[in-house]
Amino acid sequence: MHEMGLAMRIVEIALAETEKAKASRLCEVEVEVGEVAGVMREALEFCLPAAARGTLAEQALFTIIAVPGQGHCQACQRQVAISAFPAQCPKCGSFGVAITAGTELRLRSINVE
Amino acid sequence: MCDSCHCGEAAEATIAIPGQPHGHQHQTRKIVVEHELLAQNDHQGEANRQFFAEQKILALNLVSSPGSGKTSILERTLKTLGPEIATSVIEGDQQTMRDAERISAAGAPVVQVNTGAGCHLDAEMIRRALARLPPKPHSLLFIENVGNLVCPALFDLGEHAKVAIISVTEGEDKPQKYPHMFRAASLCLLNKIDLLPHLDFDLELCKTLARQVNPRLTFLELSAKSGEGFAAWLQWLRDTFNASHCH
Ligand SMILES: Nc1nc2c(ncn2[C@@H]2O[C@H](COP(=O)(O)OP(=O)(O)OP(=O)(O)O)[C@@H](O)[C@H]2O)c(=O)[nH]1
Ligand SMILES: [Mg+2]
Ligand SMILES: [Zn+2]
Ligand SMILES: [Zn+2]
Ligand SMILES: [Zn+2]
Repeated sequence: MHEMGLAMRIVEIALAETEKAKASRLCEVEVEVGEVAGVMREALEFCLPAAARGTLAEQALFTIIAVPGQGHCQACQRQVAISAFPAQCPKCGSFGVAITAGTELRLRSINVE
Repeated sequence: MCDSCHCGEAAEATIAIPGQPHGHQHQTRKIVVEHELLAQNDHQGEANRQFFAEQKILALNLVSSPGSGKTSILERTLKTLGPEIATSVIEGDQQTMRDAERISAAGAPVVQVNTGAGCHLDAEMIRRALARLPPKPHSLLFIENVGNLVCPALFDLGEHAKVAIISVTEGEDKPQKYPHMFRAASLCLLNKIDLLPHLDFDLELCKTLARQVNPRLTFLELSAKSGEGFAAWLQWLRDTFNASHCH
């Protein structure tokens, strides 16, 4: 239940930023989630509204932006798409893949009014 | 009051234009936040995990209360497994080189991390220890955490699995008192079973209580003193090592 803790943190940070901006309403929250960040997107989507309930973020729209996993295979020197951890090269089968994208877990922006 | 946004507008009648369901415009502004949600430790933990995957190293994080027998289990494990699988150890203690000296005497490359006031190992300490060691590719790495069942559960070191150890001289209810740790663990070793005849420790009760916090937890009973139960533990290590493509 890593995702619930994460959702609570997202709501907390978004509300703090809203307050910092002296805005009266939080409308939207954009979160980037890498495909190999170890977070289940569906679980996070479910947890965010639950975490926002009873707060000023209750009406906000949560948008999750999936960042595809990418790596560089040190065995065959190719740029490859990866979708699981530990990353395995889909071309040559090697596990020696350095991940270059897909581990993002970032609150990108908020929309306030 | 506008129901959909609580903006405070009186809404006795709703007059709306398609595309502007509120009947009034909202001036929204975008604020770029770019806040990284993973704690620093998780980032380094992920980096360690990537290193282990690249080097085909099976890393196991041994956690228990002080004195449950982590070092004793490692000493005996190294004797049998050492000649079969290249194995190294990172020892975590607040003070002293004692455990590292014991491991070194058992024949494995070892680095000692002294955490001083700290009560757990973190991913950055492991990164530095890995640079000092460094473990061979296709090898097994044991990380003996600081004797503490609380915060080591929260610090990902990048390990493949946590192995929790309880000795039968402790209470059967340890798993319920420290649920985070037993939830985070994959395997639970019940150590010091040579002492069972002298104690009232109820093995089955302990397992039942542990399964309540983690239904997927598996158990092995053993004694680092007599060697009883070690065959199954060594086999678990071989199987996990092979299944992780580290061979
Ligand atoms: N009877 C018996 N004693 C054991 C067994 N395993 C360990 N011990 C004893 O328990 C004590 C603590 O063992 P260690 O291996 O140092 O325990 P540890 O978990 O590494 O301790 P810390 O690193 O200080 O947290 C020592 O006196 C060991 O001899 C066992 O299976 N049976
Ligand atoms: Mg020890
Ligand atoms: Zn490849
Ligand atoms: Zn409105
Ligand atoms: Zn701690």
